[in-house]
Amino acid sequence: MSKTIVQDSRNKIKATSQDRAFNLINDALMLFAALIVLYPLIYILSSAFSSPTAVSQGRVVLLPVDFSVRGFEEVFSHKAIVTGFANSIYYTVVGTTVNLVMTVAAAYPLSRKRMPGRRVLLFMFTFTMLFNGGLIPSYLLTARLGLINTRAVMIIPTAINVFNVIICRTFFETTIPDEITEAAMIDGCGHTRFILQMVIPLSKAILAVMVLYYGLGHWNSYFQAFLYISDKSKFPLQIVLRDILILNQVNDIISDPLLYQAKAGMAQLLKYALIVVSSAPFMIAYPFVAKHFVKGVMIGAVKG
Amino acid sequence: MMSGTVNRRIGETSRAKQWRSLKRGVKLHWELYVIIAIPVIWLLVFSYYPMYGVQIAFRKFIASKGILGSPYVGLMYFEKFIKSYNFGRVIRNTLSISVYDLVLGFPFPIILALLLNNSLRPRYKKFVQIVTYMPYFISTVVMVGIIIQFLSPKVGVVNYAITALGGKEVDFMGKPEYFKHIYVWSNIWQGTGWNAIIYLSALSAIDPGQHEAALVDGANRFQRMWHVDLPGLMPAISIMLTLRMGSIMSVGFEKAFLMQNNLNLSTSEIISTYVYKTGLASAAPDYSYSAAIGLFNSVINLVLISIVNKINTRINEISLW
Repeated sequence: MSKTIVQDSRNKIKATSQDRAFNLINDALMLFAALIVLYPLIYILSSAFSSPTAVSQGRVVLLPVDFSVRGFEEVFSHKAIVTGFANSIYYTVVGTTVNLVMTVAAAYPLSRKRMPGRRVLLFMFTFTMLFNGGLIPSYLLTARLGLINTRAVMIIPTAINVFNVIICRTFFETTIPDEITEAAMIDGCGHTRFILQMVIPLSKAILAVMVLYYGLGHWNSYFQAFLYISDKSKFPLQIVLRDILILNQVNDIISDPLLYQAKAGMAQLLKYALIVVSSAPFMIAYPFVAKHFVKGVMIGAVKG
Repeated sequence: MMSGTVNRRIGETSRAKQWRSLKRGVKLHWELYVIIAIPVIWLLVFSYYPMYGVQIAFRKFIASKGILGSPYVGLMYFEKFIKSYNFGRVIRNTLSISVYDLVLGFPFPIILALLLNNSLRPRYKKFVQIVTYMPYFISTVVMVGIIIQFLSPKVGVVNYAITALGGKEVDFMGKPEYFKHIYVWSNIWQGTGWNAIIYLSALSAIDPGQHEAALVDGANRFQRMWHVDLPGLMPAISIMLTLRMGSIMSVGFEKAFLMQNNLNLSTSEIISTYVYKTGLASAAPDYSYSAAIGLFNSVINLVLISIVNKINTRINEISLW
């Protein structure tokens, strides 16, 4: 902290014209980056809060035109979207819980240096990051296990992400030394109790990161459902989104069949509102876990 | 003679000692094995069993006979793929998209991290950082939805702008020549802020003493960025580059698949979408042929990442494993 103050005050005292130019260019480039990212996001948000005709006539440029929430009403009036939402929440909550249990159960033993066979097990896990059987063998396996068209197919085959296991393992290795484990064991505390009473409370930062990674993965997951689920009542949100946003199967979704113009405008509006509603949860949640996140990523990245 | 037997006996006792300490370790940590058993079983079933199943690429798969019962055909399916009309096209598309993505997309997060790191305004920095990583949370489906919506010839904001400036509207998604650019630039838009995080944390780990020394030597801010920050980033850069090189033959399935339409297929068909179409989506699915194409791809990836890692170990003394 004091170092940066020294640095800054020096800059203020004898900031050369070169340095001033550098600061100016630096700030300008940052602004440029922010605007490029921000404009499309604002455009989507403003369109979602505009009226159907304003959207279909292309009158939205920056701010909402004829402010309305018709788009959102339309989103929540359609059954497929609401079902998709409920299913996605279910898959995300249950799936992430399973992910966390499995990831800690894999990462903690792999982080204990005194466990015989650790290197073999570690190799077993990391090898799967380099090579995999591919789509067809996995599909045949899933079919053989009878998982097709079940809710479990959204949870069990994706129960572990090895990359996340490695990040967690690195975190445990660096923050919970073997010596502490051994001291606890001498006092008669087994590994299971140690995990529940020591490891988990000490690892909130990395667990927050895991919740975000896994949770986002489930929420945004499309391919798993696309391959294995055909029952409409089990569709996650992303499948419904694809039908509407990409395949444009929107006409049968509009509830009031008025003029074509209004209908087309409504279809556009629905899309913008849907983009906002489906993307907002994680965008809003992220700043709250960002602090943990940078810490967790840093520790995981120290030794990838 | 004598010394030989003595040595052997010493060897035996130390081996016995090792064995005993191993037994003690296992006994002491038995709980760990119980805990890791479920993840390991999961791994065997969902990762290793498909690796075993990949041998259908060398067999003519007949569902009723199972994997081992299907007749062995050697490299027939690999030959079929290499000789097929689609081989050149699919490989060319995959490579050109991923190389373009790598060359163009790789520097942006590094530049953004350097900019953020050099900002003297903490609140402005935080604002720019939050804004730039926001798009990362958008799902692939929604991202492609946004692309299609924005580029739509009738209702897209891009074509509104073009027509407002007196131009003629362009059907971006329908033109094969635009596919690559749309794919890569939207990736850059979505991923730059997020990918900068790792470089930012590497930058924060640089010893401030180096900056002070450079300052004493009269280096200006640009020179310090160039001669202190950038070299400090090299380990992170080489690790990220290795990881990217390892996946150069695999363009993400989801995005390319979702962006495909009948008009742009000549440049948008990549290995993974082709595997899906021959294996699962076709009316007469050919599992073995599809598995062979997938395996072909996986093996090339494995070889590539090994080579790059080896080079990396030589030059930077950094290894992935």
